[in-house]
Amino acid sequence: MPKNNFSPEHERYLRHLRQKAFLVRISQLLLLVGFFILWEVAARYGWINAFIFSQPSKVWNATIRLATQGGLWKHLGWTVGETVLGFSVGTFAGIILAILLWWSEFFARVMDPYIVVLNSVPKVALGPIFVVWLGTTITAVIAMAISISIIVTIMMMHTGFQEVDPNKVKLVRTFGATKGQVLRKVIIPASVPTMIAALKVNVGLSLVGTIVGEFLASKAGLGYLIVYGGQVFNMSLVMASVLLLSVISVILYYGVTLLEERVGRGGVRETHSA
Amino acid sequence: MAQVEFRNVGLKYHTVTGEVAALTEVNLTIKDEEFVSIVGQSGCGKSTLLSLISGLLKPTTGEVLIDGMAVTGTSKRVGYMLQQDYLFEWRTILDNALLGLEIRREKTPEAIAEVREMLKVYGLGGFEHYYPPQLSGGMRQRVALIRTLATRPDVLLLDEPFSALDYQNRLSVGEEVVRILRERKKTVIMVTHDIPEAVSMANRVVVMTPRPGTIRSIHKIKMCDEGLTPLQTREAPQFREYFTAIWKELNADA
Repeated sequence: MPKNNFSPEHERYLRHLRQKAFLVRISQLLLLVGFFILWEVAARYGWINAFIFSQPSKVWNATIRLATQGGLWKHLGWTVGETVLGFSVGTFAGIILAILLWWSEFFARVMDPYIVVLNSVPKVALGPIFVVWLGTTITAVIAMAISISIIVTIMMMHTGFQEVDPNKVKLVRTFGATKGQVLRKVIIPASVPTMIAALKVNVGLSLVGTIVGEFLASKAGLGYLIVYGGQVFNMSLVMASVLLLSVISVILYYGVTLLEERVGRGGVRETHSA
Repeated sequence: MAQVEFRNVGLKYHTVTGEVAALTEVNLTIKDEEFVSIVGQSGCGKSTLLSLISGLLKPTTGEVLIDGMAVTGTSKRVGYMLQQDYLFEWRTILDNALLGLEIRREKTPEAIAEVREMLKVYGLGGFEHYYPPQLSGGMRQRVALIRTLATRPDVLLLDEPFSALDYQNRLSVGEEVVRILRERKKTVIMVTHDIPEAVSMANRVVVMTPRPGTIRSIHKIKMCDEGLTPLQTREAPQFREYFTAIWKELNADA
């Protein structure tokens, strides 16, 4: 910390804040390390059955084996690729549909009960249908990922559009704005925070869709590894895949957070063309 | 040159449970370059009058005319200032001020230069690339006024334009806005329920009855005709008389 000419009291206050933040970080780290140590020790001393629960050292070895000969990158690539594709298409299509609902109140009222039903149906139940229709292909996996994220996007975005301050709409209407202008100049830019929130929800949901899709219809990806590992009772492989999955989900979520920060710093531009 | 005329205007709202008469038999002529304040209780339809002039609403009966032409939709001749500034937080001050021109597809280099000049003249020179939350309430209100003036309206509609400001700012921003509008020779119609504000700024104060709203009385304020500013008017001896007369009328309906 450079000298800022703060009073000693203020310095003490800042130091106190830093210490507290440091303490939180250290505790978080200790919790993680402690968990793995306990797990390892418990397995070694036979407190838990290492065949069923596996143990960190074996999980580590399984990961290394995957990386060197098991096509770790291929599996990661499939899962990440399918997730990102499902996530992008689901979000984009969801936003487009939400715009249509906003555009036509009649359409929105007609669609309302169907959207409610589609939202409450567990989309995972559609998995076997996708497999029958699309085969055990990447398309079926992506369809699964899209189906989970699209309905939530539609609902979140449509609600967001409707919650835009009506006075902002009135303002542009006093200038004689057309409906398209209201959409471009007010509704969309005002809904950017909702869009980010939808993206955050969708990252997680698309990953769920992808993994379920891979359970059912894939020959690659972490979902496939988990199912395969479970079937051959290779719990170290299952645990390794689950841990890799958590790492991926954190990275994807962090990606959206980065996007949010960029947008938050006044990076929002409207779709131009007056 | 712009004269606004209400001829026998009535307006009904329809809801599932029935219809509500908001306005009935409104007859009023606002002369060119006149500043008219409209006061009345909440729900008497005074803001509705503004929506009718702006063309956002159509009267059920009668007609609204600007310079003898019936209002049929939003018009380039009319500028509307709402109760709050409603600056868009994702646009810079300059882009906010240009919003109206952009929507009307009139954002020419000359128009942009003119808006920049206005920002400079009204004390917002260095703030063009700031975002609205970085400005004080008074400054934001001035940006909103420039946004309205940028489209060169002849008639300005002000819907309680100072209600979001604190008392101190209210007086100074009001003083400034009146000066700007007189300089630019605009016809102004302002809705408010602040009687001192109405009296201090206007040539005439129109008092409305409760719903269905119609004109109850019109008070001619002589200070404004004499060229006094709002603050000077507030100090004039007759100010209290106008205030009391209007207050009594509004109170009689309560």
